[in-house]
Amino acid sequence: MMKNITLGQYYPVDSWVHRLDPRMKIVLTIALIVGVFMVSSFVGYALVLAFVYLAARMAKIPFRMLVRGVKALRFILILTFLLNLFFNAGTTMLLEWGILKISLEGLDQAIHYSLRLVFLVMGTSLMTLTTSPIALSDGIERLLSPLKVIRFPAHELAMMMSIALRFIPTLMEEADKIMKAQMARGADFESGNIIARAKAMVPLLVPLFVSAFRRAGDLAMAMESRCYHGGENRTRLRVLKITRNDWIAAGVTAALIALIVLEGRFVPDLVTLVQGWLPAEQTASLFFTKGLKL
Amino acid sequence: MPIQVTNLTHTYSAGSALQSTALHDVSLSIEDGEFVCIVGHTGSGKSTLVQHLNGLLKPTSGRILVDGEDMNGDKVDKKRIRQKVGLVFQYPEYQLFEETVARDIAFGPKNQGLSAEEIDRRVRAAMAHVHLDYDKYAERSPFELSGGQMRRVAIAGVLAMEPRYLILDEPTAGLDPKGRDRILGMIQELHREGRTTVVMVSHSMDDCARLATRMIVMSKGTVLMSDTPRAVFAQADAMREAGLGVPAAAQLCEKLRARGLDLPHDLYTQEELHAHLLRLWKEAAHA
Repeated sequence: MMKNITLGQYYPVDSWVHRLDPRMKIVLTIALIVGVFMVSSFVGYALVLAFVYLAARMAKIPFRMLVRGVKALRFILILTFLLNLFFNAGTTMLLEWGILKISLEGLDQAIHYSLRLVFLVMGTSLMTLTTSPIALSDGIERLLSPLKVIRFPAHELAMMMSIALRFIPTLMEEADKIMKAQMARGADFESGNIIARAKAMVPLLVPLFVSAFRRAGDLAMAMESRCYHGGENRTRLRVLKITRNDWIAAGVTAALIALIVLEGRFVPDLVTLVQGWLPAEQTASLFFTKGLKL
Repeated sequence: MPIQVTNLTHTYSAGSALQSTALHDVSLSIEDGEFVCIVGHTGSGKSTLVQHLNGLLKPTSGRILVDGEDMNGDKVDKKRIRQKVGLVFQYPEYQLFEETVARDIAFGPKNQGLSAEEIDRRVRAAMAHVHLDYDKYAERSPFELSGGQMRRVAIAGVLAMEPRYLILDEPTAGLDPKGRDRILGMIQELHREGRTTVVMVSHSMDDCARLATRMIVMSKGTVLMSDTPRAVFAQADAMREAGLGVPAAAQLCEKLRARGLDLPHDLYTQEELHAHLLRLWKEAAHA
């Protein structure tokens, strides 16, 4: 199951997108997400899809990896869609069945929110797939460093992030080992009701915490013995540099957002479109309900 | 045939890009009353093999019979087999979790569903086996003990299930010489008492020469040799090829032979070499 979660995974190939400055990638991803939330018609989503698709192609990432990341979140997507579909007070009713009411506005909202989620996941996946965790936390550190003026611990935060990421596989391996050792002593992690299962986790979690604390202590010692004393005066091996390519990427993204804004002005959205088709007296009245009321 | 492994193959993450075959068509058997040492270079499949012996890993193909019962059969209760085949992992002290030593050791017997009196009896017996004084240690937290003591508590946790077959994966790794001798002495006592068959994964050829009734040499996921330590160490070249070596006593023998001392080829333990050299020295003194 863990293999299907592409969010936060890194796809190690060399490409134009991989080489972009992590700071620029973070900023552009945020810009893309803001852009997606401004989209009002399908033309806009088509534009975003084209952008994401082309970016994935340039990054040499198989598009199906992005799709897989979305698939992993299908339950959240379906839930979002249904909640918006049924619990939105609209005026143009499409269907009424007992307490279930679907309005045109609800349908429109449901489509919008689900598509926004899809592109939010795709956009962020695209960033993490093309940026190594180290580069990513480096980028975050630099982006947050202006906040140091108000004593915000940007370096420490980034360091915590890289260490946390680094230890995920180690701890998973450790958990697997402890689980096996307890199973060898007859522990049962699979059967029983929810309380029995939660109790069964104690022999796994206690040793895992103990070992995590031990590792943390060892790591702190190892870092201090190499003179680590926080971010002050620390130079870096890889100095981040904004290049011409970063400005090109920024330009393309800006163009996309400009197009989205224009699209919002000139292409009608779903609600306006459908209401335009309806005979005037039926607008804002029950639409299908006469035939479909059950 | 107490434990019989036939044509065991194990492939990790089969079908993915990370696919790797750790065991390839391994067949072997372990008889009652044996003390088997499994040796092999890192990545030769030793740990994968021992995890199959009590059903923690499922074979990709092949069968494992314990007392004639197929471990991965449909109706087999794995818990019962795991009680029969006790497995002590590498660095077992990292699996301690209870508030007191006694309660941690009782974890296995409790999972077997034994009565409170029987659990208490077993905890006392297991602590006696690992030379931990019940009155002194039973109510202490396992986390405030020394490394060697913690390891003994962890081993006692497996012994308390009273397994017929005791499998230990490098039980002495990371211990000082004193702790090592103590653990090995304990294992030897258990074996001598005659009720436990021991399988031990080891990196020390000296320990193998001293303790094993039989050695299984693994290389690249297959069984290279399975014979008495004497017969195995006679194949010094094959051992070196498998990334292993011979006991320190045998190495010393070789060096002495190169210096012109006439020594037989079957001296593998320190005691044997010591006795032989003493005899030579006495003979020389007489002549």
